[in-house]
Amino acid sequence: MKIILFIIQKEFKQIFRNKAMLPLLFVMPFMQLLILSNAASFEIKNIKIGFVNHDNSQTSYKLISKFQSVSIFSLSENFSTIKDAEASMEQGKVDVIVEIPNHLEKKLLNDNQTSLSVIINAIDGAAAGIENVYVTQVIKDFNQSIKSELVMTSFDSENKPYFNVIAIPSFWYNNTLNYKTYMVPGILVLLVTMLTLFLSGMNIVREKEIGTLEQINVTPIKKHQFIVGKLFPFWVIGLLVLTIGLLIAKIVFSIPILGNVFIIYGFAALYLMVILGIGLFISNFTETQQQSMFISWFFMVVFILMSGLFTPIESMPVWAQRITYINPIRYFVEFTRMVMLKGSDFYEVRIHFMIILAYAILVNFLAIWSYKKVN
Amino acid sequence: MGILVENISKKYQNTTAIQDISFEVNKGELFGLIGPDGAGKTTIFRIVTTLLIPNSGKVTVAGLDVVQQYKQIRNIVGYMPGKFSLYQDLTVEENLQFFATIFGTTISENYHLIKDIYTQIEPYKARRAGALSGGMKQKLALCCALIHKPKVLFLDEPTTGVDPVSRKEFWEMLKRLKQFGITILVSTPYMDEASLCDRIALIQKGKILKIDTPQRLIQNFSKIIWNIKSSNKYLLLEDLKAFEHKHSVFAFGDSMHFIAKTDLVSKKEIENYLKTKNHSDIEVNKIEPTIEDIFMDLS
Repeated sequence: MKIILFIIQKEFKQIFRNKAMLPLLFVMPFMQLLILSNAASFEIKNIKIGFVNHDNSQTSYKLISKFQSVSIFSLSENFSTIKDAEASMEQGKVDVIVEIPNHLEKKLLNDNQTSLSVIINAIDGAAAGIENVYVTQVIKDFNQSIKSELVMTSFDSENKPYFNVIAIPSFWYNNTLNYKTYMVPGILVLLVTMLTLFLSGMNIVREKEIGTLEQINVTPIKKHQFIVGKLFPFWVIGLLVLTIGLLIAKIVFSIPILGNVFIIYGFAALYLMVILGIGLFISNFTETQQQSMFISWFFMVVFILMSGLFTPIESMPVWAQRITYINPIRYFVEFTRMVMLKGSDFYEVRIHFMIILAYAILVNFLAIWSYKKVN
Repeated sequence: MGILVENISKKYQNTTAIQDISFEVNKGELFGLIGPDGAGKTTIFRIVTTLLIPNSGKVTVAGLDVVQQYKQIRNIVGYMPGKFSLYQDLTVEENLQFFATIFGTTISENYHLIKDIYTQIEPYKARRAGALSGGMKQKLALCCALIHKPKVLFLDEPTTGVDPVSRKEFWEMLKRLKQFGITILVSTPYMDEASLCDRIALIQKGKILKIDTPQRLIQNFSKIIWNIKSSNKYLLLEDLKAFEHKHSVFAFGDSMHFIAKTDLVSKKEIENYLKTKNHSDIEVNKIEPTIEDIFMDLS
């Protein structure tokens, strides 16, 4: 025990003598939360829309003015031919083109239906999807009003009462659909994971690189003393970063923390063991800090993209959803969102706890097993 | 009981690092492994320090088997790897403290062992190890390897990359350590350091060429060594290589060391031969052999 404490003490000395370390611990969480959560937004504003109006009827102008009245369509332009409009899209001047066919009004009056074409620039698939929703929404809206007008003016003999059903969504756990409320807990997870994985992965390899490991190996130090002594400081640092992150989330972003903070810490404590185990595992199979860094990055990128942080897991193909089951970040992201935003108690996240506990045992078993003092 | 190495071999994939190596180091002896880079010295060190398991053969250190009883061995040996491997970001004192603690001892307990050496670096004890000069680093590393009062000390090329003055000091320190009864196995590529050991093993390409005391090795060397100089060094080497009586020739500083096939070849004969090859300022002298001459002759 005395030896473990001594190694821990030595490790902390070294960590805080590293000039890059303090900024990394205190500035990085702040910057990431501040920049990422403000910048990484899915909201789309300032859509540039173009119209090609072949009809020039009162109804068609109504439709155009309907679009213009929606603030997210920032710029609207009228083109006389579809060719002009397409050329403009190719130059990137418009994002959406709405083409109104001949006899729109007439067809509506006679046949009660018509069609119009919408062209959306889909270079950015995600943006195009959202733009499509907006455009459809406006047209649907327009549809409703034109229908009721038509009903009123057509003096239909049967004169059926016109029913209109409107859905009013209510967003639970994030009333205003505030993007930051949703992102900040996730980014917090990312931050804690990245720092602890990189630092722990590099730390043991560093001893290999500078040769001290060879010297240490010819001492009576036991495997568990060395591993615990080396990893414990990063476990503490992980929890420290989490604390800084939670404070920033609460104070700067006013993110609600509805659940019990102790549940968050309890889970993070287990979760960090998984990450540290992965770090140790990586360092067992690498010889230099550079190799360790590259391998850690590889895992990080896969873990992040498959974590449900940026893209919902529900929208992934089934095989990809299955892969996310082995992704520890997925569980932590889900967990923090549940506890922070929904106020879940321990009973509701018990599955998450069990999975992470099993994961921690498995990863650390593998890591310690593969750590060898002798060749 | 010192170190007993019996017929060990080690292969890395397809290359044989050492082959059938055997030697014995007595308790309290200063034993040197002398050989060029790549001879297999570090492999031997890694085996006797329990870091590497040999493919065949048996090694005991202080009576303990390196494969079965490696845990006990790690308590009683001090190891100084060839590469400086202390914590550069810890101070001199912190490094020493660290190694004392992990061996379950304190600096004061064994201070008498390192006193001579440590007093030299003590003025810099608050300095980080990374900021020390090469010679200072070696002294600190030696202190760290000694702080737990080891029975056996392993020093892998301790003087490589160290200036001549520090090298000399270092060897004097090793001599003083013998008074504490510590068995020392040291390796070096410098032939001039060989004469400072009690006994040496000359090794090359993973094999031992000869084991003896440096004095006896020199005494038993029966061949005459001619130290030859002339104005044209390059041609001299070429011409001596072409000489009919040549057994071996190699450059040694600014002269050539020449061994003839028989001792019957006289100074006159060599001089005459070189004159026919148009050499001027010819000097031919008989000299005492050095370890390097013996090594070159054997290899």
